[in-house]
Amino acid sequence: MRTALFLLLAMLAPGQAFAANQVALDNAVFVERVSTDAQGKQRILLEEPKVVVPGDRLVFVLNYRNAGAQPADKFVITNPMPSAVRFADAGDTRPFVSVDGGKQWGLLADLSVPMEGGSRRAAQPADVTHVRWAFQKPIPVGGTGKLMFRGVVK
Amino acid sequence: MMIAPVGGAKHRLLPSCSIIAVLAALALSAQAEAAGTRAGSTISNTASASFDTGGGTTTVDSNRVDLLVDELLDVTVDSSNPADVPTTPGATGQLLTFSVTNNGNGVEAFGLTTIANAGGDNYDPAVTQIYLDNGDGLFDAGTDTLYTPGANDPSLSPDQSVTVFVLATTPGTVVDGNRGIVSLVAAAKTGTGDPGDSFAGQGEGGGDAVVGSTGADGQDAGAFVVSAATVTLVKSAVVTNSLGTTDPVPGATITYTIVATVAGSGSVIGLAITDNIPADTSYVPGSITLGGSGLSDAADADAGDYNGTRVNVALGTVAGGQTRTVTFQTKID
Repeated sequence: MRTALFLLLAMLAPGQAFAANQVALDNAVFVERVSTDAQGKQRILLEEPKVVVPGDRLVFVLNYRNAGAQPADKFVITNPMPSAVRFADAGDTRPFVSVDGGKQWGLLADLSVPMEGGSRRAAQPADVTHVRWAFQKPIPVGGTGKLMFRGVVK
Repeated sequence: MMIAPVGGAKHRLLPSCSIIAVLAALALSAQAEAAGTRAGSTISNTASASFDTGGGTTTVDSNRVDLLVDELLDVTVDSSNPADVPTTPGATGQLLTFSVTNNGNGVEAFGLTTIANAGGDNYDPAVTQIYLDNGDGLFDAGTDTLYTPGANDPSLSPDQSVTVFVLATTPGTVVDGNRGIVSLVAAAKTGTGDPGDSFAGQGEGGGDAVVGSTGADGQDAGAFVVSAATVTLVKSAVVTNSLGTTDPVPGATITYTIVATVAGSGSVIGLAITDNIPADTSYVPGSITLGGSGLSDAADADAGDYNGTRVNVALGTVAGGQTRTVTFQTKID
C-alpha cells in the first residue's frame, strides 16, 4: 500500500502582502480525505473545505514570513483550537501545547490533566486547547516557514 | 378388551399469549454515540504570532478561516426485542419494537418502511400498522401515534431516538416453531445514497447535506416465532362383567380412559375434557379419576364433576410435552 500526499499549491504560497515592518501569518485549512483506488492504493488528498462534517480530518496550515526590515526575535506562533475541533497531531513540528486553556505549556507527553479525586492522568490529544511554536532563533528578514497541525471535527 | 372410537370428548385450544408487554418495556434505546458538531455552526480558526524586532513585543493575528459545518445524514435502527417474539397462528396485533436514532448532526425527518419478505425465515408476517411511541416505551394504540408515510414522518434532533412499534398479523397456516422476520427501515427524507454523497444547500443551517457512513438509511430485523400447541385425545374402553369375560352384557362395567396429549412449544390454557354418558348406560358414581386419583362428582374445588348427563374434567393450562389421563366408569343398563 502506497500513500501519496498531494499538497495544494495554495499551501505553499506565502501570505498576502503585509505592511512593512511586519510579520505575515497566513492561515489555511484543508480537509484530508483518504481515497482508495481500484488497485487498493490509498491516497491522501487535501481538499478545499467545501463540505465539512463531524469526523472529518482538518489540516491547519500556518505560513509565516518576515516581511519586515528587521529580524523577528522571540518568535512565537499560537493557535487556539477551535472549540468544535479535537486536536490530533502536529506532524513533526513538535509544538508546545496547553491542555488548560493556555495557562501551562509543554510537550503533550509531559502534560497531565486532573481527574476527580485529585489524581492526574496523562494528557491526550483530545485535551489540547492551544498549540504553540516558540522559535529559538530569530526569523531573518525575508525568512519564511510553514507549520501545521491536524484536528478532527467533533 | 375393545377400543372404542373417540367420541363425545371436547377440548378447547387456547394457546397462551406471552408477555409481549414486558418485551415492549425494553424499548428504550441505548444512547448512540454523540452526533457531533451541530450542522450550520461555524468553525473559526485564527492564529497569532508574537515577535520582537527591537522595539518590544508585537503581536499580529493571521487571517481568520471560517468553515460552515454541513449536515451529516446518519440513522440507525435497532430491534428492541432481544429474542424472538412468540406468536400463534392467525394472531393479530403482534408487536415488534424498534428504536430509530438520528446519528446525524442536524434535525432530520425519517421515512419508515417495513420488509417482511426478505427470506431467511419460514413465513412472512403481514404488517398492518406502524405506531410512533408517545415516549413511555409501551405500545398503546390509544396514546401512541399511527404512522402514515409522508404525513407524520418522525423528525428527530441529533442523537434523539424514537421508539417505533410494528404490528403484524400471523398467517393462520403457520405451524409451531415457524419464524417470521420483519425489518424496519428508516431513511433520511433529505436523501440517501453512498457515504459522501451530498445534497447541495439542503443541510440544516444552509450548508450541504452529506450522506454519512450509514448511507442515511438504516434497518434492523425483529422476528416472531410461532409457539403453538396441539391437543390429541385418545379414548379407549375396557369391559368387565360378572362372568369374567369382556362381553358387554347388561350389568357389565365399562371403564373409559381418555388420554390428552399436548404437543408443541406452546401451552394450552383452559383445557377441559367433557364426555357424555352413552345411551343405555349409567354413570358409576364417584368413578372419575385424573392421573389415578379420584375426583368427586360434585362441581366443587376439584377438577371433575358429573352433572347427570356428562363427565367434565377441567385440566387448566397444560404445557407442550405433557399428558393427562382421565378415567370414568359406566354400567350397561
